[in-house]
Amino acid sequence: MHRVRTTCLLAALWLGAMLLPGHGARADAFADLASPQLGAVTAAISTLAASPDPQAGAALQALGERSLFAAPDGNVYIRHGENYVEARTGQPAASVPEGMKPIRLNNRIRAALAGVQAGRDLLASQPATRLRAADALYARHDPAMLPAVEHALAVEKDAAVRTRLTEVRAATILGQPPAPDALASRLEAVRALGGVGGAQARGILAGVAASDAEAPAVRHEAQQAVSRIDWHLRAWGVAQNAFYGLSYGSVLLLAATGLAITFGVMGVINMAHGEMMMIGAYVTWMVQQAIRATVPALEPVAILVAIPVAFGVCGALGIVIERGLIRFLYGRPLETLLATWGLSLILQQAVRSIFGPTNIAVQTPGWLSGAVAVGGMDITLNRLAILVFAGLVLGGLMLVLRHTPLGLQMRAVTQNRRMAALMGIRTPRVDALAFGLGAGLAGLAGVAVSQIDNVSPNLGQSYIIDSFMVVVFGGVGNLWGTLAAALALGMGGKVLEPTIGAVSAKIAILVLVILYIQRHPRGMFPVRGRGVES
Amino acid sequence: MPVTLPHLSRRAFGRLALASSAAVVGGMWRAAPARAAAPTGEPIRVGILHSLSGTMAISETTLKDAMLMLIAEQNRKGGLLGRPLEAVVVDPASNWPLFAEKARQLLSVDKASAVFGCWTSVSRKSVLPVFEELNGILFYPVQYEGQECSRNIFYTGAAPNQQAIPAVDYLLSEDGGGAKRFALVGTDYVYPRTTNQILVNYLKAKGIAEADIMVNYTPFGQSDWQTIVSQIKAFGSAGKKTAVVSTINGDANVPFYKELGNQGISATDIPVMAFSVGEEELAGMDTAPLVGQLAAWNYFESIDTPANTAFIKQWHEFTKNPRRTTNDPMEAHYIGFNMWVQAVTKAGTTDHDKVIDAMIGIRQPNLTGGVAEMLPDHHLTKPVYIGEIQDDGQFSVVWKTPALVPGQAWSPWVPETKDLIGDWRKPIACGNYNTATKTCLGHRHA
Repeated sequence: MHRVRTTCLLAALWLGAMLLPGHGARADAFADLASPQLGAVTAAISTLAASPDPQAGAALQALGERSLFAAPDGNVYIRHGENYVEARTGQPAASVPEGMKPIRLNNRIRAALAGVQAGRDLLASQPATRLRAADALYARHDPAMLPAVEHALAVEKDAAVRTRLTEVRAATILGQPPAPDALASRLEAVRALGGVGGAQARGILAGVAASDAEAPAVRHEAQQAVSRIDWHLRAWGVAQNAFYGLSYGSVLLLAATGLAITFGVMGVINMAHGEMMMIGAYVTWMVQQAIRATVPALEPVAILVAIPVAFGVCGALGIVIERGLIRFLYGRPLETLLATWGLSLILQQAVRSIFGPTNIAVQTPGWLSGAVAVGGMDITLNRLAILVFAGLVLGGLMLVLRHTPLGLQMRAVTQNRRMAALMGIRTPRVDALAFGLGAGLAGLAGVAVSQIDNVSPNLGQSYIIDSFMVVVFGGVGNLWGTLAAALALGMGGKVLEPTIGAVSAKIAILVLVILYIQRHPRGMFPVRGRGVES
Repeated sequence: MPVTLPHLSRRAFGRLALASSAAVVGGMWRAAPARAAAPTGEPIRVGILHSLSGTMAISETTLKDAMLMLIAEQNRKGGLLGRPLEAVVVDPASNWPLFAEKARQLLSVDKASAVFGCWTSVSRKSVLPVFEELNGILFYPVQYEGQECSRNIFYTGAAPNQQAIPAVDYLLSEDGGGAKRFALVGTDYVYPRTTNQILVNYLKAKGIAEADIMVNYTPFGQSDWQTIVSQIKAFGSAGKKTAVVSTINGDANVPFYKELGNQGISATDIPVMAFSVGEEELAGMDTAPLVGQLAAWNYFESIDTPANTAFIKQWHEFTKNPRRTTNDPMEAHYIGFNMWVQAVTKAGTTDHDKVIDAMIGIRQPNLTGGVAEMLPDHHLTKPVYIGEIQDDGQFSVVWKTPALVPGQAWSPWVPETKDLIGDWRKPIACGNYNTATKTCLGHRHA
């Protein structure tokens, strides 16, 4: 039904355009697209968008895709591969003129095109498309789109889209100065917008509340709506900040879990821990490249494939390092520190020589990009995934330590090495496997970090300090302590950051940790027992 | 660019850099003049003071290569004053005190007629007293925060009025979106702080209220941008068009742009204008979500002029790598070197005082179709371009200043320096001359 009405409307518009004296100007709208004045270009876009000419739509689409070209003679061409088509007529160009330049596209033009697209999508057949168009128009609340919104509202059947369109209309009306005798409609708009909430509605309503041109009743209503929204925003702000804290804490946790094994449980000061993360991130990249080259269809899940591969590679490397280097240094912490630090430099330089010093771009798959809105807060998907992943890794590690023979042997060796050896546990083998486990966990952290940070040979350096801080703060040798410390440091940082800034927040956290460690040198959850004392 | 971050790593300089840094191991490497028809006589020595190791190597090695290319080219054209040019490459190893030591060596042991070098502001500040004491000549090719004017330094990069101010003008203009609210986001060190101080004063003069300006600093290598991006988002939803001016340094930009994308902020909603993101930085990024974000420079590789095409071709041939990008500081060295060649020719000698005097007023076509002129305050006239990031990792120019912009050593937007000018011509011959009191504040050449 509404399709018929749309067609009628378009036909009427077209007739109107034909009858208007300015009809001749419409043809020049094509040439105006190449105008150096962006004002003229946006005007031409509006003209073409209202035109029923199918060539107009093609030209606008080509403009957005940067395949619209202007020749010195003022003609405009659309490029299809190697061929050019005259934009005005749709006829292939007889000869390609010299000196063709792509028509420039900037944010102003992009915004105008997006507006046109949204206006067009308001009448699309899919409700989801219409809803997206309404969302786009809500963000823009452009007065010029008001007639289109009114028209769409008149024909819209879908309840959700209708609601959204009412809100778009309210935002658009309130974005303009009040017309005389508009009290009722403005009051209604204020109520509609007050119901939407959110920062954008607040901005518009605050403008209304502060405007002298508004009727007192409208201003009062707007003021009340602003207070209500403010309260909501504050409440959601707290929740949002808590999520940021959790998310930051989960990154710290992931980075520290491996170290909690090598340093916390085994007592090896492993300065090359960060480099294991770095190698994990590079493995992620290599897995992505390999999958892209062989089975491109699987590319979105490459990151999942990378998880076991990174664990395996880093774990194996960890075992090699333990057998080749660390085992000669047990009981000599200073030498271990120097040796692993040297190792970290060697690993960095090796990666730099093989992959180059440049950052590499690890792709974030589509399903990990973007955010979901939960009430008044945005949960970014990559951060959410890392939060879940960190929980799984920690849970998995707990299971390994509690319920596998390896875990049992590891705990036994930590608590009393000689007794464990006497009981027939091959302690060197357990040492190697435990170190491999720690390195593998660092590799897992590397996979996660590759989604949020730069992947370069220096990646590890930015995490090593934080990792040690988490392990020491939480209490060496205690996984629950590592969890608590990571979350406490993450939350603390994010609570302080909005008020005192990122730089001061970092300093404040370090000072607090130092003060705490002074009073409690064994951290938040010290391990007690005879084994510790020796 | 006054950068000092520890991981600016992003340049694939590959074999050539390795080979040359190996050759440089003794601290020095003399490039022999190339052709058979080579000029004869005592060579003229040109010092190259760029870090070839350490954290800045990644950025500075390219500039050393660019200088070697320019010197080789000049020797092919017959040298200078009939004498061959000889490059003296030293490695200050990203170590600021070592910069001063190496500068002293170049000037007093190697008798370099001119030195091309430095990247970070701190390295420039470190060599400045040496160049003034030994009366040397330094060409500094990187955009910086201004507020300096030495007789012995020629600043061939942009001063703030040649990058930051025009960029903000663009954001304020209707074509640039007509921004009414500004978030100034930067890394916490001298360059962003000085630039933002200038910008805040400038924006206030343009009628932007204090409440509509947000300033935020983050540590080097910041990777968790969640809070700051959500603050920007909240700041930008107040009903006024908002823009971000970013002096965020180096690769901290990558997670910043990623977070913007994840929180659903596109360039058409809140554009980000960056002063430290160039072709090199984009090489390590997935640029699809960045399309439309902005950067301000005096040169873009994508600018289509015959001079630029020839320069890029020459660069690819010299480095034997068709994928090496060119950038703004390289163009600055190109201009500076050719100006020095002209000045020496004009003076007929490499004597430092005579060359310094001859430099002022020298004109040299730049690579993008304008002419750079050396001004009395030792800064250049430059065009300013605003580029938008494309999905191929290059910039497309969306705006340029209608005329060349003369560089200003002292910013008129900082109260303490608004009356200062630099003018190294007689009779003023002063780097910080107060035009209100008509006195030189001590930076004088006898």
